[in-house]
Amino acid sequence: MTSIAKTLRPLARAAASSSRPLRPAFSRTAPQIRCLSSTLPRRDVDISDIPPTPITHLSDTEALMAESVSKFAQDVILPKAREMDEAESMDPTVVEQLFEQGLMGVEIPEEYGGSGMNFTSAIIAIEELARVDPSVSVMADVHNTLCNTAILKWGTEKLKKEWLPKLATNTVGSFCLSEPVSGSDAFALATKATRTGNGYKINGGKMWITNSMEANFFIVFANLDPSKKYKGITAFIVEKGTPGFSIAKKEKKLGIRASSTCVINFDDVEIPKENLLGDEFEGYKYAIGLLNEGRIGIAAQMTGLALGAFENAAGYAWNDRKQFGQLIGEFQGMQHQMAQAWTEIQAARALVFNAARKKEAGEDFVMDAAMAKLYASQVAGKVSGQAVEWMGGMGFVREGLAEKYFRDSKIGAIYEGTSNIQLTTIARHLQKTYTK
Amino acid sequence: MSGLRILVPVKRVIDYAVKPRVNRAQTAVETANVKHSMNPFDELSIEEAVRLRERKVPVEEIVAFSAGPPKAQDILRTAMAMGADRGIHVQIDEKEGKGELEPLGVAKLLKRVVEKEKSNLVILGKQSIDDDAGQTGQMLAALLNWSQATQASKVQVEGDSVIVTREVDGGVETLKAKLPMIITTDLRLNEPRYASLPNIMKAKKKPLDKKTLKDFEGDFSARLKTVKVTEPPPRKGGIKVEDVDGMISKLKELGAL
Repeated sequence: MTSIAKTLRPLARAAASSSRPLRPAFSRTAPQIRCLSSTLPRRDVDISDIPPTPITHLSDTEALMAESVSKFAQDVILPKAREMDEAESMDPTVVEQLFEQGLMGVEIPEEYGGSGMNFTSAIIAIEELARVDPSVSVMADVHNTLCNTAILKWGTEKLKKEWLPKLATNTVGSFCLSEPVSGSDAFALATKATRTGNGYKINGGKMWITNSMEANFFIVFANLDPSKKYKGITAFIVEKGTPGFSIAKKEKKLGIRASSTCVINFDDVEIPKENLLGDEFEGYKYAIGLLNEGRIGIAAQMTGLALGAFENAAGYAWNDRKQFGQLIGEFQGMQHQMAQAWTEIQAARALVFNAARKKEAGEDFVMDAAMAKLYASQVAGKVSGQAVEWMGGMGFVREGLAEKYFRDSKIGAIYEGTSNIQLTTIARHLQKTYTK
Repeated sequence: MSGLRILVPVKRVIDYAVKPRVNRAQTAVETANVKHSMNPFDELSIEEAVRLRERKVPVEEIVAFSAGPPKAQDILRTAMAMGADRGIHVQIDEKEGKGELEPLGVAKLLKRVVEKEKSNLVILGKQSIDDDAGQTGQMLAALLNWSQATQASKVQVEGDSVIVTREVDGGVETLKAKLPMIITTDLRLNEPRYASLPNIMKAKKKPLDKKTLKDFEGDFSARLKTVKVTEPPPRKGGIKVEDVDGMISKLKELGAL
């Protein structure tokens, strides 16, 4: 694929240390710090010889894919978006079609039955889906950026062969980190794992688990040695139907209502040794790494949502609604608001795509991902709120989608790291850079 | 019969959802920075070709062809992502509506391609939504002296004959002809698929031949000159009449009675 990194010549990072002391070069000097904010660059690459292109430039394949996903979302998902929101459930045929289109295995290599595309393609797909329905988008996002990536990165060959073909074609994945006692303080999790004769036993409970109704595959974080504190956290794979595994309650939510969010209980859930993901006591590192990447996905969900809300309202203001003898989109008061909103959406998208490209190039993207997610969720909240106002009564009723975008936007500031956590991450990087 | 060698010509046109605008000089429709996609009727053609293969009709090869600007390659990739085996692109330098091929030019060019590729079935859209000429398929049939079935709503292949159902006023008409033949597609023939992500990746590896008009023998130059392009006059709102007499007198006034 067009993963930038592949086209680049690998190079010792000698050049990085030279010259230009005046500009703080975040990507090079950004420190590796603890706690939900550090991940090692994947590989050392030098992109200094690559002619820069606009951030929004897509490869031919990415552009073709964006068009195809957009069409699929418009034709297949849009007619069901309102209905699924009202029913607070995901239509199983939508899930099926996501698999058929290859949208659930974007980065899974072709030999495992996936689409074999790059990270940015996944981001584009998430954005295109969110433009039409943020609930469908988050399902694909969690599945692709968290679950698939976890197996791709740390799964043994056996796990990959067993699970990747399923994850690409028919099995929804879910990522179980949060608990009643651990949200932003993710490493305070209390679910315990103990070693048994031929595997592990998990006890505890998880909360706010996205995709849990649809999923058959769960990545579960549990502490294998509480005396080590967070360094005891280990990642496991649990299948739905394992004795002791149960879904306790499905939450009723403000937004993204078609996406399932449940409480899950683990009561002496026994799993075989092979279901250990990666190594023991490495789980906390995996969680940090995955969430750092994952939040670029959430940022893309938010820019997609903002685009969808804007387009919905702009179509109304510039074609349908007339007051005082003219289209409401002709009034300067409206036009200036819309121009401002569009500018903010594009600014957020620039952050999102830049973070995605930096990740692909193997650069440190942690602060970029945090800024992208923070700002994209703010813009999504603001624009979708304004869009309701622009449409007046028609924006307020549950007939159209304006109010749904508005409700759906709120989650952006909450999951995969709240806005305050993003700000903390950004501030830590800054402080490290500017401390003399 | 060894198998069908299907040629599917596709055209890159302004997307159906975009409102076309006439340029300031009134010589052509504005194409810069306008979203383009595959002519919807051509999507039906590709889909039908792929479905023939899926229905176990012996299909040896499906070749997608396009003559147009460099960007026309995008739609050839789409065609290949939908299931065509390879693509042929004849690059045309179009500038502001000049240098564009006319239906007869396209038909002559297609005749050469058919001969070279030894195609025995050509499936074309019944028209492209930009020029709406609706001539290419018929002209190609005449040039090749092949049978043709236009505006197909159903296609069945039985041995070396093809049965085509077409919707006509007040019913359907069923035609049967022997291969080789020309089929043009109509809206209700099928529902084109979306290019799935794995197929988009596969399409990247499928061969795409790049050619120019010079690689083909013949005169493909335009014979028509576009004098002027204008937008249709805006629709004027109607008026309400008081009663039947009022209506009759108004109709008389307008010369309708």
